[in-house]
Amino acid sequence: MSKVSITLQNTDEGRLLVEAIVADNPAAEVSWMPALTKIDCEDRLSLRRETIEARFGRRYDLQELQLSLISLAGNVEEDDDSFTLAWAQGAGSRKA
Amino acid sequence: MNAMPPLPKQRKLSLKERYAHLTRGLGWETTYQPMDKVFPYVSYEGIKIHDWDAWEDPFRLTMDAYWKYQAEKERKLYAVIESFAQNNGHLNITDARYVNALKLFLTGVSPLEYSAHRGYAHVGRHFVGAGPRIACQMQAIDELRHAQTQIHTMSHYNKFFDGLHDPRHMHDRVWYLSVPKSFFEDACSAGPFEFLTAISFSFEYVLTNLLFVPFMSGAAYNGDMATVTFGFSAQSDEARHMTLGLEIIKFMLEQDEANVPIIQKWIDKWFWRGYRLLGLVSMMMDYMLPKRIMSWAEAWEMYFEQAGDALFEDLSRYGIRKPKYHEVASKEKHRLSHEVWSIFYNYTHAAAFHTWMPTEEEMTWLSAKYPDTFDKYYRPRFECWTEMQAEGKRFYNPTLPQLCVTCQIPMGFTEPDDPTTICFRSADYKGERYHFCSDGCKDIFQNEPEKYIQSWLPVHQIYQGNCGGAEVKDVLAWYHLNFGTDNFDYEGSPDQKLWEEWQAQKATNPV
Amino acid sequence: MTVTAIGRYEFKSRDRLENFHGNQVVYWHWEEHLMYCAALALPLPPSMPFRTVLTDILPGCYNLHPEWSRVEWDTVTWMLDQRPFKPVLDASLAANNIGHKSLLRFWTPGLHGIGGCAT
Repeated sequence: MSKVSITLQNTDEGRLLVEAIVADNPAAEVSWMPALTKIDCEDRLSLRRETIEARFGRRYDLQELQLSLISLAGNVEEDDDSFTLAWAQGAGSRKA
Repeated sequence: MNAMPPLPKQRKLSLKERYAHLTRGLGWETTYQPMDKVFPYVSYEGIKIHDWDAWEDPFRLTMDAYWKYQAEKERKLYAVIESFAQNNGHLNITDARYVNALKLFLTGVSPLEYSAHRGYAHVGRHFVGAGPRIACQMQAIDELRHAQTQIHTMSHYNKFFDGLHDPRHMHDRVWYLSVPKSFFEDACSAGPFEFLTAISFSFEYVLTNLLFVPFMSGAAYNGDMATVTFGFSAQSDEARHMTLGLEIIKFMLEQDEANVPIIQKWIDKWFWRGYRLLGLVSMMMDYMLPKRIMSWAEAWEMYFEQAGDALFEDLSRYGIRKPKYHEVASKEKHRLSHEVWSIFYNYTHAAAFHTWMPTEEEMTWLSAKYPDTFDKYYRPRFECWTEMQAEGKRFYNPTLPQLCVTCQIPMGFTEPDDPTTICFRSADYKGERYHFCSDGCKDIFQNEPEKYIQSWLPVHQIYQGNCGGAEVKDVLAWYHLNFGTDNFDYEGSPDQKLWEEWQAQKATNPV
Repeated sequence: MTVTAIGRYEFKSRDRLENFHGNQVVYWHWEEHLMYCAALALPLPPSMPFRTVLTDILPGCYNLHPEWSRVEWDTVTWMLDQRPFKPVLDASLAANNIGHKSLLRFWTPGLHGIGGCAT
């Protein structure tokens, strides 16, 4: 078992991002610490632009995440609509 | 100016397309000079790269987005720094002892940010692929920003507290600062691929969470809003750097099977180098934060043992295993901070920050967090020191210590399976003896002895007559340290006197 | 093994004996007394008699420890550079085969640190 992880600042935007992550990833575990929030999730975790925009009430560019991020663990995959952290499925099969 | 005819309306490019234009369109095969002359450092380390375009920044950050978001981070940070200064934020920290962690940070860590700036500017010039070059150049600018914002933020404390007045000079001379300095110089004097494995992967990805996350959260908990803000402003870049670290490792591993053993050796070396350096962080967390978030042992479990397990399981598909001696680091987690604090307590008369004995309440916390070690091995020592101090005979070790040739820390670490006996390791090279604190440091020496026989060991330099004189006072003057104010115990320091005056004012003059 | 480098890579040791102005560095460590956090580094002339270190040098290093006054040198056991060792007290350090950057560890029977816990 491997968990991916993302840590965000406890700012207004950070709090809304945490809500959006929890909404999209029901398995996410949230830990609060002074000034930061750490979210862990088994194998993978995704942020969807749509979910964030619904909470922010405005257009959101996923690259704005740069302003709230503190740390992350996992392989990153980002495009215009989603930001995903994941560990490789089926470790052991070496890429060509 | 003549009005330009309006351009035909174009579809906005996607993130992937914008990134492809930046990193695939801007590189070219040189013709005036052969490529190996233009990029002279990319092959001598033995790393084989067949397709530079296989490297991609998963954030796909383009220059316009980079400037936009970095400018926004700076605006936010400077707003906090200004309001902290205007509102006398230093009066709201939990206790002035906390400021000593900032002194260590400013002299030990901030100069590393500047070294990282130079390191990434260098390797950013020397990679063939435009993708990694641009990522390294962005990181070079980030690191310069970190050095500047840290110095700027802490300059506020320098108006009131001792020991913060000359961090750059101290970094090059003060005995314990040779530990971070030599760590980074070791990385910067390696080739570009080893540098990235060292700093981007082993340090940024595997280890710096331990410095920036729980320690900065601790800064917030102790009322230091200025530091937590620069910490997290830097750390928001750090998340990108960590991603670069993981991507560059995967890129090298995927390019050629022959790269795997070279990278494993670097991971082994730089894990241990970084772990030893973080010994300083362990004492900052367990001893220098008046209000504590989590212990070093808990942080090690969360950020190395759990997160590292997931990471190295992911990398096992390439044939990479966990770094050598990771189990020794886990064995040491219940004593590391106590041993390091003891070292600094021994030699506080030669340091640019104060140390102290924990209060009874703090010892209770340490006992609870370290139930198998604290009461058994360290409490009796601390109680003896506390008594000596009460009798007016505060303990200072009058003789300089033996240092490890590799990590340069005084040889105060104990055997992995025996916390009562110092771990001594040694090796002979060309007829001369060299001493190490651990098997990890000895292996690193034996793999590259010609590098470490050049170690600038502060104790030996003093004895060779290269540090301003033979007396402590002479050496401290050469360090630019003010004898009697910057050094010695917190008890009786000018910092303490000033802090107590402020507290008395607060009590008589409530706002 | 050697350093992977872009050219010839050979250097003199920075801590070679000739840099210490006639002294050699010798490390001393009182086992089970970790109030002194690490072994001590002392620059000493190779011609100095071993006994002189015990009578004139080490007391200034260790006498802050409450057990120091109870050390009896006849009962002490020694290790020199990882081997058991019996010093000849009136011979010089050099004649005792103590060289540059040698390490001497000593155990004091009956004295195991404050509270018997190696402090």
